[in-house]
Amino acid sequence: MRSSDEPVLTARSLCKTFRGHLSMGRTQVLRGLDLTVYPGEIYGFIGANGAGKTTTIKILAGLIHASAGEFRLLGYDGADPRSRRGLGFLPENPNFPGYLSGREFLDFQARLVGLDRDRRRRDVDRLLDEVGMAGRADTPLRKCSKGMMQRLGIAQALLGDPVLLILDEPMSGLDPAGRRDLRDLILAQPARGTTVFFSSHILSDAEVLCDRVGILREGRLALEGSLDTILGPGAAAWDVTATRAGGLAAGTGTTAISRQDDRVLFRVEGEAALANLLDRLRAAGAGLHSVTPRRLTLEERFLDLEEQGARERHEERAP
Amino acid sequence: MRMVMAVAVMTFREAVRDRILYLLLAFALVMIAAARFLALLTVGSEVRIVADTGMAAIAFFGVLTAIFVGVSLITKEIEQRTAYTILARPMTRGTFVLGKYLGLLMTLWVNAGVMSLGFVLLLALRGDPILPVLPALWLTAMELAVVTALALFFSALATSSILGILFTLGLYVAGHLVWSFPLLAGRLGPGWGTRAVMAVYYVLPNLDRFNVRAAVIHGDPVPLEFIVLQTAYGLGWVILLLLAAALAFSRRDLT
Ligand SMILES: Nc1ncnc2c1ncn2[C@@H]1O[C@H](COP(=O)(O)OP(=O)(O)OP(=O)(O)O)[C@@H](O)[C@H]1O
Ligand SMILES: [Mg+2]
Repeated sequence: MRSSDEPVLTARSLCKTFRGHLSMGRTQVLRGLDLTVYPGEIYGFIGANGAGKTTTIKILAGLIHASAGEFRLLGYDGADPRSRRGLGFLPENPNFPGYLSGREFLDFQARLVGLDRDRRRRDVDRLLDEVGMAGRADTPLRKCSKGMMQRLGIAQALLGDPVLLILDEPMSGLDPAGRRDLRDLILAQPARGTTVFFSSHILSDAEVLCDRVGILREGRLALEGSLDTILGPGAAAWDVTATRAGGLAAGTGTTAISRQDDRVLFRVEGEAALANLLDRLRAAGAGLHSVTPRRLTLEERFLDLEEQGARERHEERAP
Repeated sequence: MRMVMAVAVMTFREAVRDRILYLLLAFALVMIAAARFLALLTVGSEVRIVADTGMAAIAFFGVLTAIFVGVSLITKEIEQRTAYTILARPMTRGTFVLGKYLGLLMTLWVNAGVMSLGFVLLLALRGDPILPVLPALWLTAMELAVVTALALFFSALATSSILGILFTLGLYVAGHLVWSFPLLAGRLGPGWGTRAVMAVYYVLPNLDRFNVRAAVIHGDPVPLEFIVLQTAYGLGWVILLLLAAALAFSRRDLT
């Protein structure tokens, strides 16, 4: 159903090589990156520090030029400024002119979006409120904290009801309440017809938010797909806590992770092993405290991938 | 155009909130006023000294601000990342350059306007004629337009403000010496040296042609055709430099 919609964002074989002074010292950051994001999706763009997330996002926002490859945004070629008409963009560690207040800054951005005076006043006030900056709307930005800048950055990205939001580490610098609000805000976007593409390190957030994630490694997507495809559809393992089970031994597919007095935590792999353990517990007259399905987290999958990459690099060097 | 104006107004606003500018303005006004007292101490033509010092101060402080503010104008927005959210809007790099240019020029002209007003007031108080100095003031404004475009070009091109200041100052000084190049070529006689000197002569803006202060002080009238011609000459250079600045900036990565 999705693939029939025209994507809001496509990138084909994006490459980026940074050159040092006088063309010395080249850093090849992107090596043929392909991306496709469909309307109404929340897409998480994940990668280690220095993987090239910000580089990719800056290319998409028109701030730097790809060395090779091309991309399209909202039906226009990326080189055409019109491609950024329905775009809301939040840069990494945003910084805004210190001589303006939050309200003045948003008003300026709203002018760039092309909103008329009434709409500017209305939307600026609404967004200040939405990002929790209504009380500090008139503080000069040079006196604003990192988190306050981040909030204003989110507000300016939302001006003019964008169709596509590209956010570079939107959670960065936000306090717990700010993060919760932003999660709700991102989750509310698809219903408004807005697509969200964001980079993040906070994989638990990505896990809660994303329809699809792409993991960037060595300049390409190492893994992409819905959380179900990446992490497996359901639980393949369970954690079972039993009481009065001091004498119970582990079995095939079952390991005892911790024992405290007669309280034991078993890790069970596979449904057969689970059934077997439950039978044995009942037979031994043990009490069943809890059975928790264990799903692989995105973080575990990500770390696996990184370690696998590190091993491969090591093996390449070894022989 | 809407975006050009938004960027220009914001640039103007930033400059207006910068205290350095007021300091310079105050200093220039003091200079102009001091000319009055300088004139009292000097034997000879009092009028000339007042007029000369006044007009020179306006040009000097204008050019100084144009170069120092202009050169950091784009560089600073990149270094401080404030340009990111602006340039991610559906605007071309040229739009940004033009907005920045108009904003700074607006600032400089308002500044020069205030100084000129002080200067003209001083002349009026002394009962000196005002009309003859107006062409000189207008051409100074045109020179500011060219120098600002020059500074902005280097701001769009270079990553370092210091380099930009050196280049702009260098070209500014060269632009004032350009008139002497044909003389120099004449001395050198035919050959490569002459060709090189004349090539530079045709490539550089002749900034000295914006300076009619000597003529004004000596009471020589400045013909209207000359003013119109020089205005067109200045506009031509502004357009050329802004196009070059937009081109250079379009190719730049914001990192
Ligand atoms: N202007 C530049 N010149 C040279 N190398 C650069 C430049 N900008 C980025 N890089 C390099 O490109 C690589 C990717 O950087 P990028 O900022 O895109 O990473 P990232 O995935 O956003 O990392 P993080 O998670 O830390 O934000 C890094 O190795 C960095 O050193
Ligand atoms: Mg980054």
